[in-house]
Amino acid sequence: MAEVLVYVDHVDGAVRKPTLELLTLARRIGEPVAVALGNGAADTAAALAEHGAVKVLTDDASEYGEYLVVPKVDALQAAVAAVSPAAVLVPSSAEGKEIAARLALRLGSGIITDAVDLEAGDEGPVATQSVFAASFTTKSRVAKGTPVITVKPNSAAVEAAPAAGAVEALSVTFSAQATGTKVTGRTPRESTGRPELTEAAIVVSGGRGVNGAENFAVIEALADSLGAAVGASRAAVDAGWYPHTNQVGQTGKSVSPQLYIANGISGAIQHRAGMQTSKTIVAVNKDAEAPIFDLVDYGVVGDLFDVVPQLTEEIKTRKG
Amino acid sequence: MSLRIIVTVKYVPDATGDRHFADDLTVDRDDVDGLLSELDEYAVEQALQVSENSDDDVEVTVLTVGPEDAKDALRKALSMGADKAIHVEDDDLHGTDAIGTSLVLAKAIEKAGYDLVISGMASTDGTMGVVPALLAERLGVPQVTLLSEVSVEDGTVKGRRDGDAASEQLEASLPAVVSVTDQSGEARYPSFKGIMAAKKKPVEAWDLSDLDLDAEDVGLEGSYTVVDSATERPARTAGTIVKDEGEGGKQLAEFLASQKFI
Ligand SMILES: Cc1cc2nc3c(=O)[nH]c(=O)nc-3n(C[C@H](O)[C@H](O)[C@H](O)COP(=O)(O)OP(=O)(O)OC[C@H]3O[C@@H](n4cnc5c(N)ncnc54)[C@H](O)[C@@H]3O)c2cc1C
Ligand SMILES: Nc1ncnc2c1ncn2[C@@H]1O[C@H](COP(=O)(O)O)[C@@H](O)[C@H]1O
Repeated sequence: MAEVLVYVDHVDGAVRKPTLELLTLARRIGEPVAVALGNGAADTAAALAEHGAVKVLTDDASEYGEYLVVPKVDALQAAVAAVSPAAVLVPSSAEGKEIAARLALRLGSGIITDAVDLEAGDEGPVATQSVFAASFTTKSRVAKGTPVITVKPNSAAVEAAPAAGAVEALSVTFSAQATGTKVTGRTPRESTGRPELTEAAIVVSGGRGVNGAENFAVIEALADSLGAAVGASRAAVDAGWYPHTNQVGQTGKSVSPQLYIANGISGAIQHRAGMQTSKTIVAVNKDAEAPIFDLVDYGVVGDLFDVVPQLTEEIKTRKG
Repeated sequence: MSLRIIVTVKYVPDATGDRHFADDLTVDRDDVDGLLSELDEYAVEQALQVSENSDDDVEVTVLTVGPEDAKDALRKALSMGADKAIHVEDDDLHGTDAIGTSLVLAKAIEKAGYDLVISGMASTDGTMGVVPALLAERLGVPQVTLLSEVSVEDGTVKGRRDGDAASEQLEASLPAVVSVTDQSGEARYPSFKGIMAAKKKPVEAWDLSDLDLDAEDVGLEGSYTVVDSATERPARTAGTIVKDEGEGGKQLAEFLASQKFI
């Protein structure tokens, strides 16, 4: 069976969930071979093997952390040369898309970004994408070269599928461009203890209606009662009430959870672009005319400062 | 010293309009009003700020690859304060994908001559966010992308990139390709004076032959990807909407429980 390269997104050896989802999709097309780079690369092997990686190619050179993007492109290119895969799958993070694009160009291949599903097809993998703020669904293929496809988080279930996961050192020769952009400083994000926004099964978001940074405690309390991640509209972020890393929408994160709860958010097209593919959508808004209500499975027209605390209490009571 | 900045700007269908596909599954650009992509306004803004903060002799050129109407996008950027514009227009460009667009842009950038390219973080229609990385790859210069803060001094570009796991400080020497996010600072509105001045600023028009490119390198034919189908997402079935009369939170909890979320 043909091999499929999967680029591993990990933090110091801890594999992030979207990569495990990619392994599920890769198994539909062929045998997953994972590529893990940087600090802790070899530590990813156990988790990857458990989810179907037959092989894990690793390199922990310091260049991956010291310079932007290009060293990783060099490594993937070396992996493609070594494996001749049927496709290369990369998680759709901002960096993932940049890596994938440069790789595709070098390979003379086409690139598809932000797939939400992937199937095997007669003429290569067929990717499903959700476009124009999720108002259309397209199916596309790469017509030239080895398909390079980036896949959004929450596009497939994580499945256990034990495989060998044999670790092999990947030999990489860095290109002249590899050291072009130096990373001179790095401040890791502080963990909030809540799930990652893009990976969470439930997202609770607040918008301009939350009316103040201190009031976000109401949103956080609801999120914590459900074990959810916290999101924010751009209006709330621009007002300085919540960090930009939590922004949902076109210029923030794109989320596709099982449940999305929008509080005090009107539902502008740019916000919808980042949450419209959520399975179940709920909104609390005091304006019955707010466009967000066009999307909801359940909506409450009311003041969020009445509705949300009552909801949180009720959830706590029911959960005991 | 002089510094030549090229800002790549895209003319896109208005996101608040009813965007759809044409029969050949390319983006329909006729039925919806177009405009300068809002995310590229941030790129123009940063170019103007680099220019204003510099002791060098800075020239800001805006470049677009797009249909006739894309001139509107160039005019807007010129009225914000850019010095001149280049419009690459050719019927054979219809249906060009990101790989092809980056080829045309790279050829045009090389022909124009540059020290710094500034792009937006993503186009608001395609939303791929890959063209800046592709440009850096094609031009063989550093990519310093997705910056929420930029500065240029003594032939070095520095900036802050807020990533998923960390916020990074980046540095590269010119020439380089930069892209900026919507966190980089609000774009200015064109002044009346700016709008009047824009009318007299030069707009150069190039076609594929000016860039030594052939029709088969670009367009639908040259595309590296094929769209097999595009279907409108079915409207979501109308949900239940209740008015809070004191029990809204409890009713919502009941709904969540019925859906097994609690
Ligand atoms: C290029 C571009 C990119 C953008 N990217 C994004 C993006 O990534 N994400 C994003 O979110 N936006 C984005 N926007 C902005 C977007 O257009 C909207 O301006 C934004 O989403 C509005 O946020 P909001 O819904 O919180 O605020 P508003 O539109 O002001 O809505 C606030 C809502 O809260 C309700 N409300 C007020 N008080 C209460 C209360 N006490 N109880 C209940 N309800 C209450 C009001 O009825 C109203 O419906 C972008 C815009 C552009 C041009
Ligand atoms: N046709 C185009 N003409 C000029 N610039 C473009 C074009 N397409 C993309 N760009 C630039 O590349 C950035 C990213 O676009 P994209 O990769 O398509 O999301 C945009 O913000 C623009 O700066």
